[in-house]
Amino acid sequence: MQFLGYLISGISLGSVYALIALGYTMVYGIAKMLNFAHGDVIMIGGYMVYFTFCSGGWNPFLAVLFAMAVCTLLGITIERVAYRPLRSAPSLAVLITAIGVSFLLQNIAMLLWKSDPKSFTSIISMEPLSLAGGKLSIPAETIVTILVSVLIMIALIWFVNKTRIGHAMKAVSEDRGAAQLMGINVNGIISLTFAIGSALAAVAGALLLSSYPTLVPTTGAMPGIKAFVAAVFGGIGSIPGAFLGGVLLGVIENLSKAYISTQLSDAIVFLVLIIVLLVKPTGLLGKKTAVKV
Amino acid sequence: MAKKSGKNRKKSTRTYIISFALILVFWAVIEIMGHMNMLSSKMLGLLIPICAYSIMAVSLNLVVGFLGELSLGHAAFMLAGATAGVVFYNSAGLNMHQVPRVILTLIIGAAAAGLFGVIVGVPVLRFSGDYLAIVTLAFCQILKNVLSTTYLGVDENGIHLAIDQGSFRLAPGAKPLIKGAQPISGINKISPNVMVSFTVGIVLLILTVAFVLNLMNSRAGRAITAIRDDEIAAKSIGINLTSYKLMAFISSAVFAGLAGVIYVLNLSTLDFKKYDYNLSINVLVMVVLGGMGNVPGSIIAAALLTLLPELLRGFSQYRMLIYSIVLIVIMLFNQAPAFVQFRQRLTARIRGKKPEEEEQVTEVADGSYFAQKKQGKEDE
Repeated sequence: MQFLGYLISGISLGSVYALIALGYTMVYGIAKMLNFAHGDVIMIGGYMVYFTFCSGGWNPFLAVLFAMAVCTLLGITIERVAYRPLRSAPSLAVLITAIGVSFLLQNIAMLLWKSDPKSFTSIISMEPLSLAGGKLSIPAETIVTILVSVLIMIALIWFVNKTRIGHAMKAVSEDRGAAQLMGINVNGIISLTFAIGSALAAVAGALLLSSYPTLVPTTGAMPGIKAFVAAVFGGIGSIPGAFLGGVLLGVIENLSKAYISTQLSDAIVFLVLIIVLLVKPTGLLGKKTAVKV
Repeated sequence: MAKKSGKNRKKSTRTYIISFALILVFWAVIEIMGHMNMLSSKMLGLLIPICAYSIMAVSLNLVVGFLGELSLGHAAFMLAGATAGVVFYNSAGLNMHQVPRVILTLIIGAAAAGLFGVIVGVPVLRFSGDYLAIVTLAFCQILKNVLSTTYLGVDENGIHLAIDQGSFRLAPGAKPLIKGAQPISGINKISPNVMVSFTVGIVLLILTVAFVLNLMNSRAGRAITAIRDDEIAAKSIGINLTSYKLMAFISSAVFAGLAGVIYVLNLSTLDFKKYDYNLSINVLVMVVLGGMGNVPGSIIAAALLTLLPELLRGFSQYRMLIYSIVLIVIMLFNQAPAFVQFRQRLTARIRGKKPEEEEQVTEVADGSYFAQKKQGKEDE
């Protein structure tokens, strides 16, 4: 029974990683860049929910929607100002710029909201679900996190595979030049990708902080790195891959925390990643690409 | 062809002269300022970090600039070197003369980092691009985490090694060498005089630069750059990819280990938590700002970026904000095609007056080649 509890909270943590990883993987698939500032967008989203919901007393839905709007705007602005001028520059240059943006967001947060930890109240005010005659109690946050992530995931797959804009996104990720020749607005699609990724980051921030309620300007850094690992784990560029990678990562992390060692849990997560990549170098669901000479 | 190789040779000699002149002038200026007591204690404290970060940047440049692979785990080699070095340094104690003690510490640190380089390099170099980056990052986190749960000590019964505090029992009076997540503290400095340690740092930096420049101008170095420029072409003319990649990777690790030893001996505490991806990323920023494949550039960038927070101290709480804005603006100015064209037009107009500008343009050209290769790979 205890094992089931750890497993479920692992899936919940993994769903948050998955939401963040979706942002990484979509941006990677379409703009071919690692957006290191993604983790800090989560943090900004977290602060937005904190100020509107926790201290402002807004309706939680409204607060999350507001945070999503702010993060969307932020994501589009970052892309427009910092990444678009570098689109044909070396990929490493874009990576360093992204690191710069990440530092910038952290420091702005530090200046505006100070570095003392804010204690976040959960956006979900429901009773924990009691199963098996009270032996297993699952917090409502856990269930809501899993449900929300699964819904977002299904919506995203539907959007990419069934709508016109989704097809355009796929086309841009396959071949940017050809997509442009077909009349697709590549800049618009890239902005849209950043917008979706950042909006998801805001949701992820609200859900993450509901379960782990300490908010500081560096809150986003570690989940950001873990989600990046999850995206690579599942095969970077693949949407179901990001989800699978995120959930597996969360489960492995939680189970090794519970049964092996709290301090070694990160080491175990990364060790599993290395082993998976050695066996399957493109990640779990990554596409294998033949190298043409 | 002959003309071209002649030009290359001239360029490589120029790089040697610039690099060594740069280091020696820096050393001389600091020595003179030190004798005239013009250095604040903050500045004195930054001298060894400047040397250590310069060595880190030059050695990472070997992997990122010359081999063309992105490594996000360079801090791991620094940590491996620092830990092994400190364990030896502390256990050797004061019953050894300081000079052989420091030299042996450096050798042991470098060897440990090199060994870790082999352990990481063999699996890692099967990957490329972002996968290689994430796996090096993973190894860095693993080493940091494992060291944080290690307990090591020596008493009359021999060596004790454990992974949790409960099973770790030392004879009373014996001092543990590694106490889990607690930082190792009370490490004696190389010398009470900072200037002596600084000179050691400069000597190590010169050693690193000499090794890297010599390697890059040798047969092996040309093989390494050939692999960067086109892996398939390099393989087809009989270059052994694995051994040359490993050579670059392991040499880079060894020098990072040296940097770790002098850094930690100066700091007198070793906190495993500090050696995470943030440190690796800071070194990577130095390499990219200095220009990939540009050794003197790495040194200048490392020195400036180490000094920058100190120079901006007057702005106190805004300094990290300014640092990040400077970073973004420099990247945009140096790498964005629109800006590069603007600069090239500008140089064309004042050509002959400012030869340094010309140098920068070729740097950018080198950088974008790296990008073309990466881009090409993703497209295939």
